[in-house]
Amino acid sequence: MIYILKNRILKGVLSRHIDSGLSQEVEFSGQELKALIRKKFGRSLHIRQVDTGSCGGCQSEIISANNPIYDLQRFGINFVASPRHADALLVTGPVSKNMLLALKKTYAAMPEPKFIITCGECALDGGVFKESYYIQGPVNDILPVALHIPGCPPEPLSILKSLLSFLKQ
Amino acid sequence: MDGAEIISIIKKRLPDFNAISVVQDYPDEICIKVKPEVFKETCLTLHKMLLSPVMMLFALDERKTREVFAVNAVFINLKPGQWIMVSMDILPEDCSFDSLAKNIHSAALFERQIAEMFGILPQGNPDLRRLNLHDEVWPQGAFPLRKDFSKMAPGNLNEYKFERVEGTGIFEVPVGPVHAGIIGPGHFRFSLAGEPIVNLEIRLGFTHRGVEKLFEGKSCFDVQGLVECICGDSVFAYSLAFAQAVEKISQAAVPSQAAYLRGIFLELERMYNHANDIGGIALDVGFSFPAAYAALIKEAVLQLNAKLTSSRYLKKVNTAGGVLVDLDENKKQMLLDSIGKIRKDCAALSTMLNSSVSFMDRVDTTGVLIQKTARDLGVVGLAGRACGIAVDLRKCFPGIYGEVKFRMITQEAGDVLSRLKMRFYEFEESCRLIEEFTAKLASNREIKVNPGKKAASSLGYAEGWRGPVLCYLKTDQNGLIERCKFVDASSNNWLGLKYAVLGNIIPDFPVCNKSFDLSYPGNDL
Repeated sequence: MIYILKNRILKGVLSRHIDSGLSQEVEFSGQELKALIRKKFGRSLHIRQVDTGSCGGCQSEIISANNPIYDLQRFGINFVASPRHADALLVTGPVSKNMLLALKKTYAAMPEPKFIITCGECALDGGVFKESYYIQGPVNDILPVALHIPGCPPEPLSILKSLLSFLKQ
Repeated sequence: MDGAEIISIIKKRLPDFNAISVVQDYPDEICIKVKPEVFKETCLTLHKMLLSPVMMLFALDERKTREVFAVNAVFINLKPGQWIMVSMDILPEDCSFDSLAKNIHSAALFERQIAEMFGILPQGNPDLRRLNLHDEVWPQGAFPLRKDFSKMAPGNLNEYKFERVEGTGIFEVPVGPVHAGIIGPGHFRFSLAGEPIVNLEIRLGFTHRGVEKLFEGKSCFDVQGLVECICGDSVFAYSLAFAQAVEKISQAAVPSQAAYLRGIFLELERMYNHANDIGGIALDVGFSFPAAYAALIKEAVLQLNAKLTSSRYLKKVNTAGGVLVDLDENKKQMLLDSIGKIRKDCAALSTMLNSSVSFMDRVDTTGVLIQKTARDLGVVGLAGRACGIAVDLRKCFPGIYGEVKFRMITQEAGDVLSRLKMRFYEFEESCRLIEEFTAKLASNREIKVNPGKKAASSLGYAEGWRGPVLCYLKTDQNGLIERCKFVDASSNNWLGLKYAVLGNIIPDFPVCNKSFDLSYPGNDL
């Protein structure tokens, strides 16, 4: 504890690794996003993430979007532990047959109003796995998708920007 | 050791042993072909002699060309580094073989995969429940990896039968496949008596995407995207294992510049994942400040990756024959500067965690995997080294790692703390390796050769951050893939996790799980 406090006092806010251009961009888009979320959702947008067979790249980037550099939470976006708390469902990966039921049940467990976001090439059309015998098909054929975040995997900043441009509509 | 020596050693233990053929196409690979009757005995002998688990066990459908199924088992010889493959043919009308699982536990999961994917029955295996093709969605009777498979057969669906622990006061806690965090899908079923965990059954396969079938019939040079999408956090290790298999087949010599670059990128991948796991372990015991600090280190490495290769996860960097990215003087300098800073941050993180008594109390002696169990299960890689199994492919097959005097790191205790220490020490070692490799880079040298096409088979391998990533590749004369089998370090290590949590309480499960940090997609394929 003493070590942490000492570190904090000596170094201040850790800023060395942050690219200043990047941080301005995050801050700028983020504040705009925050204002929109405040208006449309009454302060915060809660997202539940479901992996339906992705390689883990998209999850890694979603986790990165929550690290202290991007920190989506300060703009009002929370990743929640239960679909019962969620406004939106964020789906990553092509839909493996084994995950079909879990995906449908998770969606059914969410309260209305609700919408679905897909993330990454696989969730859009199956990506490199689309011809496989075990892929059910794009998420859009199973449940209504409102927004797609492109990329393989999408970078944290592009996750932020996709959400922003979607909420502007 | 060459083929004849191996045979003579086997003969000492099995006097009337006779191989059909012994082939050594590559210096680091010996293939012994035997009759089905002696396959089990040969495998047992090699298992005892080399102290090696079954590293791979897989089948091939060769009914079109030779009218048989082939089954191959791969063992590792640590000194000198060599892969020893035992191969047998199975007639389609038999479609079964004598199970190894009762004698060698590490073969059990592989046999179950063979049974579900090829319909070849490992007779005597006590557990033949399917792993990846779930009973709830896939009827019995369609075997996807047979060459004549076209689509799912209609039939009755069943339910998976979980192991049951019965007795007074025993209760079950099912978790998953959708978890509370941002993480892959898997089902965990705990049986508890009071607080301690009596049994944990891990059911995986939720991210099964039929990867192995997708490879079939494609050119070795067109599947880079697929290889890199198998396991998103080990992109480079997978592409390296695959590239190496292609290079062995076409006998392409990789330029030394490319070898060093590969070393650098492989270590960068190890660094961001180790930082991620250290943070995860801190977070799972509720120590959020170091977790955030570790997230910054991870982000710093990812941004460094992006600056060097324009991909945060090192995609489209590797290719058969070399690498596609070279580092100029500016980039080299940036790499060294960044590594210096990241190294300091990691040391600070280490002090932070080590100086917290309450943190140490949570991780010390938690989730112990003893060496005997780990050996029996065939636990490999980082989790294996944390309980004293000194196997690291960078040590066994040194290459460029020999030039820079790679130090293998091991721990003895096998608890969460040892796995955490392993990560810190490996992180430090990776920083050193990157500095050494960077010093060896020369400018304007060749970084890529063009491999040719040939009908052959080979084994590619790389020591990813979890452990060995193995890739068996068989091609026809047009360079089209007949069979491509990947084995991730996760597959047997999941069993290690199962045994590590016994006797612990459920609130400690997340930290045990994170200390292994195994892959769902790499295991399910």
